[in-house]
Amino acid sequence: MSATIRDEGEILTAPHVLEYPYRRSVGPVLGRFFTEMRAGKLVGVRTQQGRVLVPPQEYDPETGAATTSEFVEVGPGGVVTTWSWVTRPRAKQPLAQPFAWALIKLDGADTAMLHAVDAGDIARMRTGMRVVPRWRAEREGHIRDIECFELES
Amino acid sequence: MSEEQKPVTSIKTPMRLEYRYSAGIATSRFLHGIAQGKILGQRCPSCKKVYVPPRGSCPRCAVATEEEVELSDKGTITTYAIVRVPSENIDVPLPFASVHVLLDGADLPMFSIVQECPLEKIRFGMRVQAVWVPKEELGPTLQSIRYFKPIDEPDVPADQLRETV
Repeated sequence: MSATIRDEGEILTAPHVLEYPYRRSVGPVLGRFFTEMRAGKLVGVRTQQGRVLVPPQEYDPETGAATTSEFVEVGPGGVVTTWSWVTRPRAKQPLAQPFAWALIKLDGADTAMLHAVDAGDIARMRTGMRVVPRWRAEREGHIRDIECFELES
Repeated sequence: MSEEQKPVTSIKTPMRLEYRYSAGIATSRFLHGIAQGKILGQRCPSCKKVYVPPRGSCPRCAVATEEEVELSDKGTITTYAIVRVPSENIDVPLPFASVHVLLDGADLPMFSIVQECPLEKIRFGMRVQAVWVPKEELGPTLQSIRYFKPIDEPDVPADQLRETV
């Protein structure tokens, strides 16, 4: 500890890290989403109106009604509906190099999901572009089982 | 069902905030003092209270404190709690006593722990003294004081500690 204290003349400074190692309970609906994700599949849930929500939710945000128990496989590819470029990624963000946060509407879904897009350069980003997931080999049932999305070749 | 086939019921969502804390002028002087095995407080020019560790001002009078006061490393326990629940970054074996120690000459108690004492003996008014790390390990950190231990002196009566509880 004392080794990391920096003596800047008279004034001392030291790193101060505040860390909460939370684990969050996901419930049956998101639980299904993450269980499928671990198996390399993407699923949404059908609402009573017949729309498909991805990620699945327990209630339809448009009507407040409970969603049905029908899970629908979607993707794996999808379309970028909006995006924002990250010039200087922070330490815990999905990619070390500049990337885009994007809302991605997976094929078969009626809603868009937030994830990272590794486009290499902002010039390659377009609303409406097609992307596919880059899966991790080791998956645990977490949104990071998808490393990021990349341009569909 | 193998571990891998079990449905996912929870996800890790850690939060981490990285700061660089600046001790400021008063607390830096205090920590430089600690590195020499001395405990330095500061006295309020208005109410005359002595604060340790000093923050550079008196919270009651809202004036800057500048007069430096060297304090004893002996003091009195003004409150305590027995810690039985483990937590990351605590390397003291459980259970242990977390205490407020009012150093002789100070008007504000300081946070520390007590060792070399059965937990059931720890009490309000008990006299204790700092146990320092060896001289060559002293540094500008409160970890230079390893803990407080009981000393053979009579307890301080409650009415003398009323203001600090």
